[in-house]
Amino acid sequence: MKFFPLVLSNLMRHKLRTTLTILSIALALFLFASLRTVVTQLEISSQLGAANRMIVQNATAFIFPLPQSYATRLATIPHVTGVTWANWFGGKYGDGRKFFGPLAVDPASYLEIYKNDFLVQSDQKEAFLRERTAVIVGQGLLKAFGWKIGDNVTLQGTIYPGDWTFTIRGTYSLKETAYGDEQFLFHYDYLYERVKDNVSPGWFILRIDDPARSGVVAKSIDDSFRNSPAPTKTGTEQAFSAGFMTMFGNIQLLMGTIGMAVVFAILLIAANAMLMNQRERSSEVAVLKTVGFTDRTIFSLVIVEAAFMALTGAALGLGLAIILPKATHFNAFGFLPGFHVTSGTVMVGAGIALLLSVLSGFTPAYQAARMPVVQALRRVE
Amino acid sequence: MALVEIRDVYKSFRRDTQAVDVYTGLTVDFEEGSFTALMGPSGSGKSTLLNLVAGLDKPTSGIVRVGGAEVSRMNTSQLATWRSRTIGFVFQSYNLLPVLTAQQNVELPLLLTNLNKRDRAERVAIALGVVGLSDRLEHYPRQLSGGQEQRVSIARAIVADPQLILLDEPTGQLDAKSSEEVLTLLQRLNDEFNKTIIVVTHDAKAAERAKTVLHLDKGVLVERQAMQGAHG
Repeated sequence: MKFFPLVLSNLMRHKLRTTLTILSIALALFLFASLRTVVTQLEISSQLGAANRMIVQNATAFIFPLPQSYATRLATIPHVTGVTWANWFGGKYGDGRKFFGPLAVDPASYLEIYKNDFLVQSDQKEAFLRERTAVIVGQGLLKAFGWKIGDNVTLQGTIYPGDWTFTIRGTYSLKETAYGDEQFLFHYDYLYERVKDNVSPGWFILRIDDPARSGVVAKSIDDSFRNSPAPTKTGTEQAFSAGFMTMFGNIQLLMGTIGMAVVFAILLIAANAMLMNQRERSSEVAVLKTVGFTDRTIFSLVIVEAAFMALTGAALGLGLAIILPKATHFNAFGFLPGFHVTSGTVMVGAGIALLLSVLSGFTPAYQAARMPVVQALRRVE
Repeated sequence: MALVEIRDVYKSFRRDTQAVDVYTGLTVDFEEGSFTALMGPSGSGKSTLLNLVAGLDKPTSGIVRVGGAEVSRMNTSQLATWRSRTIGFVFQSYNLLPVLTAQQNVELPLLLTNLNKRDRAERVAIALGVVGLSDRLEHYPRQLSGGQEQRVSIARAIVADPQLILLDEPTGQLDAKSSEEVLTLLQRLNDEFNKTIIVVTHDAKAAERAKTVLHLDKGVLVERQAMQGAHG
């Protein structure tokens, strides 16, 4: 502790250089944490879904709809205990800068199947079910737009053109943040009423009585619709989530590689700055040795200096990575709901910072500790 | 009684492919409480002698003993600890750390002791008082004159109360007035505080303040001159 003023004074010697080094480390750790969060969030999303829920989609592609009449037939499949459906609406609010994905759902059956995940107060649920133009929104979305319950909200339809006015009758909260608290759920009937035969369910969601039977159920469904005009592809909700995520390609590898490349580049910058600092101070190191500082003390002082920069940078970078998505409600245009830096990522980031301080500080610290005093003094005298 | 004993010291450097001999069997003693000026032409081995005594350099062979401790046999770590307790070193170009205040510069050797902050501050205040810079505690080296900087470096050399003070051309970069102040200070440290002082100098006026002047030439002690009435 008594050496701290000496370390601090050395750090303040080139304020700009120290600041830039700290900022470069902060930027590296910010990018690392953010990119790693994308990866972890994708992993969470790909594993999202209850074991007892299955998704039925068009076998040709997810974007093609399924006939409404399938709902009745799906309900008769053995082990299926509930059926609901949803449709991607694709509207925008205001200038459309803030992206969210409104879904037209069959209200009663949808809330019933998701009753353990989307938590809605009973009075709000009743109000939502009663009114055809009612909407339930996630609390994050309500906050993001400054809406209140009872507000009328008009969306501009993109897939289904025109102005669509809804009345907010309730909000939901989540048990699992990866579902996202920015959903906008409204009555499928309201959509159907205006566009009639131009709409049908985008996908069906089933609840089954035994998750172990999901394979049998899927086969049974797909077999029964095989020769129909819209053959189906059925899988568990988790498989559906994972399949959806594979549409992005091997983004995990890409993000991981970029993250590590950034950290490595910054390591070189920090090491270079530390070496420059040390080279400029060789005479001072010689003086310290002359007054009695041991090689070990000199080594420790340089390492502490490097650690101070690395840890300050890490605190700034990781802090920003934690705060910024919260402050801006960042969710990657709805693709990464519940985007937040996990404690695991913070720990890995802090570990990288520690490693960075040791690696960037070791060479200059070793050089300073091993420097012959007479040789360094001769340079000065 | 000899505080510093140099016995049959050989020292050679390697310059490119050639070996350059600095000493070939130098033997000399420095008494406790003595004030010795080392004089001689450039390359005569004056500064090397200081470095050997301070344990900053090692002899090729021979013995360097200070206060009974065989400096030439100590390892780097032992030397550092020993130096912090026994030696005060003053350089020609002051070598104060520019990012530290006068007070912090003087405090450096005390950071290696077990003294608490208050005791360290007390010792620093005394040392700066001895060199007449009590009012410059918070000044940075760039805010001091050359003479003041050198006095701060002397305060740094004496703050841990070492037996031996080694000075390498302490007045080499100072004007006449500042040189006088520094030399008077050295004389006082020798007279009042009984510090053993060895000073390397080219300056005849500086040598006049010493009790003994040793002349070195090509690593050989060519003359020992006792100065009469220099002190008191």
